[in-house]
Amino acid sequence: MTALTVQGVTKSFGTARVLHGVDLDAPARGLTAILGPSGCGKTTLLRLIAGFADPDTGTITLGEQAVFTGGRSVPPQRRRIGYVPQEGALFPHQSVAANIAFGLSRRERRSGHRLRELLDLVGLDREIAGRNPHELSGGQQQRVALARALAPEPDLVLLDEPFSALDARRREDTRRAVAAALRAAGATAVLVTHDQAEALSMADQVAIMRDGRLVQIDRPATVYRQPRDAGIARFLGEAVLLPADVIDGKARCALGTLVVRAPGVTGPAEVLVRPEQLRLRRDGDGDGDGPTATVREISYYGHDAAVRLSLHPDGLPITARIGGTELPEPGSEVRIIVTGDVLAYPTSNTRGSDPPGKAPPHRP
Amino acid sequence: MTKAARERPRGRGYAHWRFPPAVPVLGVLVALLVLLPLGFVASYVAASSWTEIRQLVLRPRTAELLWNTSRLIAGCVLTCAVLGTGAAWLVERTSVPWRGLWRVLLVAPLAIPAFVNSYAWVSLLPGASGYGGALLIVTLSYFPLVYLPVGAALRGLDPALEESAYSLGRGPLRVFWGVVLPQLRPALAGGCLLVGLHLLAEFGALQMLRFPTFTVAIYEQYQSSFNGPAANMLSAVLLACCLLLLLAEQRLRRRARYARVGSGVARPAPRVRLGALTLPAVAALALLAALSLGVPLGSLVYWLVKGASSHVAVGPLGAAAATSLGLGAVAALVTVALALPVAWLDVRRPGRLATLIERSTYFGNALPGIVVALALVTISIRVVPSLYQTVPLLTAAYAILFLPRAVVGVRAALAQAPPVLDDVARSLGLSAMAGLRRVTIPLTAPGLGVGAALVFIAVVTELTATLLLAPTGTQTLATQFWARSDGLAYGEAAPYAAVMVLLSTPATYLLTRDTRRAASR
Repeated sequence: MTALTVQGVTKSFGTARVLHGVDLDAPARGLTAILGPSGCGKTTLLRLIAGFADPDTGTITLGEQAVFTGGRSVPPQRRRIGYVPQEGALFPHQSVAANIAFGLSRRERRSGHRLRELLDLVGLDREIAGRNPHELSGGQQQRVALARALAPEPDLVLLDEPFSALDARRREDTRRAVAAALRAAGATAVLVTHDQAEALSMADQVAIMRDGRLVQIDRPATVYRQPRDAGIARFLGEAVLLPADVIDGKARCALGTLVVRAPGVTGPAEVLVRPEQLRLRRDGDGDGDGPTATVREISYYGHDAAVRLSLHPDGLPITARIGGTELPEPGSEVRIIVTGDVLAYPTSNTRGSDPPGKAPPHRP
Repeated sequence: MTKAARERPRGRGYAHWRFPPAVPVLGVLVALLVLLPLGFVASYVAASSWTEIRQLVLRPRTAELLWNTSRLIAGCVLTCAVLGTGAAWLVERTSVPWRGLWRVLLVAPLAIPAFVNSYAWVSLLPGASGYGGALLIVTLSYFPLVYLPVGAALRGLDPALEESAYSLGRGPLRVFWGVVLPQLRPALAGGCLLVGLHLLAEFGALQMLRFPTFTVAIYEQYQSSFNGPAANMLSAVLLACCLLLLLAEQRLRRRARYARVGSGVARPAPRVRLGALTLPAVAALALLAALSLGVPLGSLVYWLVKGASSHVAVGPLGAAAATSLGLGAVAALVTVALALPVAWLDVRRPGRLATLIERSTYFGNALPGIVVALALVTISIRVVPSLYQTVPLLTAAYAILFLPRAVVGVRAALAQAPPVLDDVARSLGLSAMAGLRRVTIPLTAPGLGVGAALVFIAVVTELTATLLLAPTGTQTLATQFWARSDGLAYGEAAPYAAVMVLLSTPATYLLTRDTRRAASR
């Protein structure tokens, strides 16, 4: 069953077109992440779904009910959509308990039963109910904001970059707590984020947004393994993209001859190799086949490391991600082995879909 | 929370939010009301012939007034800058003892209207007049206008910059001169501008000290001979001076950098150890407090006691207090209501229109009361004679003069209730009205109250516009005090002054509250 359906939604602010015909189905009881860089229109889409603003064209349907169609709009307070904004936005003049109970009826507010239930649900100590928002940490504020949104049992919960203001350690804990609470509540959720690790780790379905369009909607593993174009591949983590010539499902490139996963591409292309597909051997070990490279620089992260290499003979820069136990020396020569198959994008296509002057891809 | 939200790059910012379309219209109307006196003076000058202008403006008297006004402003701005910055640095950046006490004592002079201060000095030392006396007394009245913003800026500075300078081997004085002072420039320029504008508008204090500036001369011109054209022409010169000051401040500000890295200061700034210099520092602060606070309060008490031995007319005092309170309350309500659309636009719909409206209401700060009063007198006599010397016209003058104070309070109040909270309330099923009742009003009420209180206090101690515009027979605390101190009846005037000081104290408390809150954190 589909909890939320967005069809052909467009929106402009003045002369600037922000959304160019967005289609999205969010399955019930699932978490859909809308992932895109800043300014791509994802927050606008969220606000249209919530009803804080109206689309120029298109329809928005919640379950069976059309909440926006043909210019007729159900006001936000009657849509039964919970909303968790950036930085929580708790009501500063009310205690944690009053914040969570804000959307409840007077009777429910008085009983306190639901309040305790919600505090347990988001994993907060019951003792903080009497505190004021400014006495909470950022992560606690976000959990209270989620509890507040879940309190009236909404049909859909929208989360607008809820973790971006938290520091790295709290972010991970809060993400897990929020995902668990959403699952326990059986809520349908749409999360907007620019952090691909967040989208991939939390969501059941990831929708990639670029320049006001949803360019790919798939399960997390699919969007990572089979990005529709090179731009998406680069946005979803580090990518090694090499010019290649594809014949009969084999790509010949600077890393040797590689097996192409999706058939159908022939001729000049760009192949996508993920850094974790590369293995490094000391030059001279085993058989002398395969490409070699010089180690330029190593970023050591403990659990693993990123090794930046210059590929022989042209000095093409590539990155390998390897386990942190056995590291090569900077300046040494290594042999590169590619594991698994690769994706290939016809060269003319990639050029077309990748606008010039685009910012470099995010690093994980 | 709001700070973090501002720093996040968010494309179109508040463009997401709906807003009532009537607000910009109301904002434009408010701006037009505030610009009315300015427009009047400009059109008056434009309608006058060259010979008229030459006759009225180009005469020795104008040159004398210009000389008096500018040397008073130059001297007073300089002394206020030195005293205000020095005191702020001692309190915020050195190991001087009793910091909390100094923070209160150095702001408290603002509770004593300048004309009460000069009455206090003149009644004790009849010789305190002329340039020297005027400079001393207005400096003691206005240096807190520099002390307050500079102190706040000092508390907000990133200590890392100073620490870096110390680590590079600089001594405390060179650090202050080379690192701290340049960063204080916007605050210092703002404070000095306020001092200059207050001086241009000051009437009571300078009249009592027999030091004629433009404002004093305009009043005399108007009062003695009802010489409208001459008074209006001098108003134009006075306004030109105000604009000159505004421009100078803008230039200073534009070159200064506002950019601050990071969202806030987590740790206190390093303090300079005074050591053997502690005693002289305490003595200097104590002397400043004694002169600016001790003398006027002591003089007031002296005359209160002395006057009590004859007889104090309780009836007129009560009546004047009631009139002042009533006028203050009405003006506060009206002014806050006018400030609402202006602040709303500025906070929720920033853009060219909002900035333009906000800037034009800011003119109230720069408009001397005499100019506003004179313009309203002339306009009302020409256009709606029935309004002349009525409470609505007086209220309009107060609103024009004190709108900036209300806008500051209302803007802070609206910033307390960002629109995202409305969104959350609506997503939780509340109607717009219920959201207003349960979220917006509870959050903004304190700020609105502060704005109203600031306007109220300003009205209670306002003298110039009240003298010109008050309905015949209406006497406020300020006008009663003025009538009595004019006739050297110092003992009779004291109770009125005392009540005004008492009423001003809450506003001073509000001004220092942020300071204390920041300090206690």
